[in-house]
Amino acid sequence: MDAGTRRFIVGAIVFLALIYGLTRVVSNEYVFFAAYVVLQFIVLATAWNILGGYAGYVNFGSGAFFAVGAYTGVALFKAFEAPILVQVVAGATMSGLLGLAVGALSLRLRGIFFSIATVAVAIVIETAVVNTPYLGGAKGLPILRPAAPALFHSYLEWVFFLMAILAVIAVFCARYVETSWIGRGLRAIRDNEGAAECSGVPTLKLKLFAATLSGALMGAAGAPFAQYLSFIEPTSVFNLNYAVSALAMPIIGGMSHWMGPVIGAVLLGTVQQLVTVTISSELNVLVVGVLLVVFVVGAPDGILGLVRKLRRPRTPAASVGAKA
Amino acid sequence: MSSQGRPKVEHPNAKREGGPMSAPLLEVQGVSKHFGGFAALTEVSVAIRPGERFGLIGPNGSGKTTLINCISGAFLNDAGAIRFDGQDISRLPAYRRTRLGIARSFQLPRPFSSMSVLENLIVPLEYVVHRGSLHTADTHGEAMEILTRIGLADKAQTRSGQLTQVDLRKLELARAMAARPRLLISDEAMAGLSGSEVDEILDILFKLNESGITIIMIEHIMHAVMRFSERVVCLDAGRKIADGDPQDVIATPEVRKAYLGE
Amino acid sequence: MDLQLLFEAIVSGVLLGCFYAAVSLGLSIAFGLLDVPHIAHPAFLVLGAFGAYVLGGYGLDPLVAGLLLMPVFFVFGLGVYQFYYATFERRGTDTGLRGLAFFFGVAFIVEVGLILAFGVDQRMVEAPYIGQSLEIGEMRLPYRMLVAFGMAVVLMVVLSTYLARTFTGRAIKAVAQDEGALRLMGVDPVRVKRIAFGIATAVTAVTGALLIIVGPVEPGLGRIYIGRTFCVVVLAGLGSVPGTIVAGLILGIAESIVLSTAGAAWAPAVSFGILLMVLAVRPAGLFGR
Repeated sequence: MDAGTRRFIVGAIVFLALIYGLTRVVSNEYVFFAAYVVLQFIVLATAWNILGGYAGYVNFGSGAFFAVGAYTGVALFKAFEAPILVQVVAGATMSGLLGLAVGALSLRLRGIFFSIATVAVAIVIETAVVNTPYLGGAKGLPILRPAAPALFHSYLEWVFFLMAILAVIAVFCARYVETSWIGRGLRAIRDNEGAAECSGVPTLKLKLFAATLSGALMGAAGAPFAQYLSFIEPTSVFNLNYAVSALAMPIIGGMSHWMGPVIGAVLLGTVQQLVTVTISSELNVLVVGVLLVVFVVGAPDGILGLVRKLRRPRTPAASVGAKA
Repeated sequence: MSSQGRPKVEHPNAKREGGPMSAPLLEVQGVSKHFGGFAALTEVSVAIRPGERFGLIGPNGSGKTTLINCISGAFLNDAGAIRFDGQDISRLPAYRRTRLGIARSFQLPRPFSSMSVLENLIVPLEYVVHRGSLHTADTHGEAMEILTRIGLADKAQTRSGQLTQVDLRKLELARAMAARPRLLISDEAMAGLSGSEVDEILDILFKLNESGITIIMIEHIMHAVMRFSERVVCLDAGRKIADGDPQDVIATPEVRKAYLGE
Repeated sequence: MDLQLLFEAIVSGVLLGCFYAAVSLGLSIAFGLLDVPHIAHPAFLVLGAFGAYVLGGYGLDPLVAGLLLMPVFFVFGLGVYQFYYATFERRGTDTGLRGLAFFFGVAFIVEVGLILAFGVDQRMVEAPYIGQSLEIGEMRLPYRMLVAFGMAVVLMVVLSTYLARTFTGRAIKAVAQDEGALRLMGVDPVRVKRIAFGIATAVTAVTGALLIIVGPVEPGLGRIYIGRTFCVVVLAGLGSVPGTIVAGLILGIAESIVLSTAGAAWAPAVSFGILLMVLAVRPAGLFGR
């Protein structure tokens, strides 16, 4: 294990300890309710970036992966009262399988065609869920939260802590992929798929891997959703907001580094929560859209790119003068 | 189909007839490829000896690029067989063929443009040469070595998207080299370059050949092919029309007709 | 399903199909001919529908409103393309991912903007032909569908004539094939593309009006139409107007049959299902190059 990984693991443990400490100290439930959303976006954005940022395959259907996770959890809970950890694993598995299927589409579809296909997958799945009475159909389904487990005051606190763990896992996976030979292969695919294949990169296998991992993480993020809200309905799970945020956050944060999606998610997630509370939930969605366009146009390498640009010219005096 | 001097490989026993040197390294046997109703290749057969400098010529649209796409695995041939070192590779995906030792450069350079020149070479080094032994391998050192040989060492840290045309061509060759190929296919590596730049690329290819690599050169610049190749095959409208000594091949009436028209 | 029902489903499918072909025309130009990843096309349609709705509030017939909005949309389209070109195409690098994200963001802004302005409720317009039906035997054909059908046919005839007969029209078709050749003829390909995108957007003004004539419209409607319009354009084979009609008819009839058998809840999945199948089996479409 290299020094960077060791540092990362220590950081992750400290982070989780802090999060747990938060559940002991803070008694206002709303804090967890809001922070949960931010953590969930970290998972979603990080997962999206594995396929979109590294391999260049733009997924517009993140909402469907999230929803498959959520509804798998609901189905298991309704049928067997399965504990939430089982729900998360099952949700990740189902969404991972969906990712595998979508990855298989990438065999023939590139660019916009792949992206449109992901929208299609999302709508087909949404239609199927809406027409499945067992899952509550269009009306939705109330879910009774179980009692709080040991070490936590409330079930919400536990779900919040669980999402923090998932965020750490997601970022760990993304970081591993990025810094290993897999990441280099994915970037080669993004830059030029034909040349990658001729350089010995098994492009299909790598794409399937990236799509499966990305899908599984999104599914894991979705699995606790019903327990978190004590309610599930198609319009909230298949919300376009997930699809847009999952891609806007990495683009805004920066797609080339695992920190990018995290920065984007924390920033945008927090802003969204604030705007929702203070102004309106429609406006928060608008903020995401506007920021997405502004960044795509003005800062294609995201916040990380801006930071790098600011740092680099510090030595040559001329450009510093220009900035000031 | 005409044969010029050298025997052609048409049946399995032909390996022995290939000459006293050795069995062919690459054996293309009766390969056809169609796109819809269009026959891009019709029963093309070619055998290439280890260490050979082989030129592939033909007018535009004659099927040269289709043939090497079939050899490198970008397309699957519809009929016939492609054997590399005795093994049938015609159903293998491209990356497996690269791992077996077939590398190619692209006519229009396809750099991994977000990566540095050095990192471009690390991709094949990681995925072909040092698979499974990544922690022990010095991929950076090896990549630098190749860049030095090819004359790109000073640009190792440059983003490959910002290279000039010549340097892009060199990068194509360097990246192909990094896969440690036994057969290198150079697809019009010199098109659009100036005279001295052509010489530079030719020089690189000669050196690679001296180090034991078999080379297939596809080229429109006639004098370069003629200078480089020990043997030339000419394609026209998807068929092989000549095969043999370069001077003999371009003297063939069919070849003259193909190039100059009726 | 008895024959009478099937027949009715096919007839209304044909009307619906022509309507789908019409709403896909703009995308057929923008994506099919110009290669612009115009995911925001359906959002522009909805924008056109709301335009007709607003002007309808002043007592204007929705079709007239759509025609009046055409020049406005034309200019809007010129602007959007110029911006897209300057920020993505000219830079050349990585247009794929960022161009897509750009139009996705634009679509999203339009949708949310409409929600902020009009709320999430469905809106509709009034016109003499909305609400009445033509009765032939046992069959009822709503006039609104007939009007949409007629307008769709007119639009397609005008557009394909324009593309085939005028100099600019031919240049638009040529720019898809060979930019270099145009440049040699002294025509600026960027200008041609800008005009083409302007026309594509202007067409959305009228077809957007058709959208609100055919049925009530809410800001989120664009999402379903991503499937329908891309289904038609991909199935048609990129950029082919006759292909667009055939593809529209296929989708219209398929949806209409599903509607009368499986029920309305499944209808949105039809276009996406067909789209997925086409993409998986024959991405070049029926009339692909």
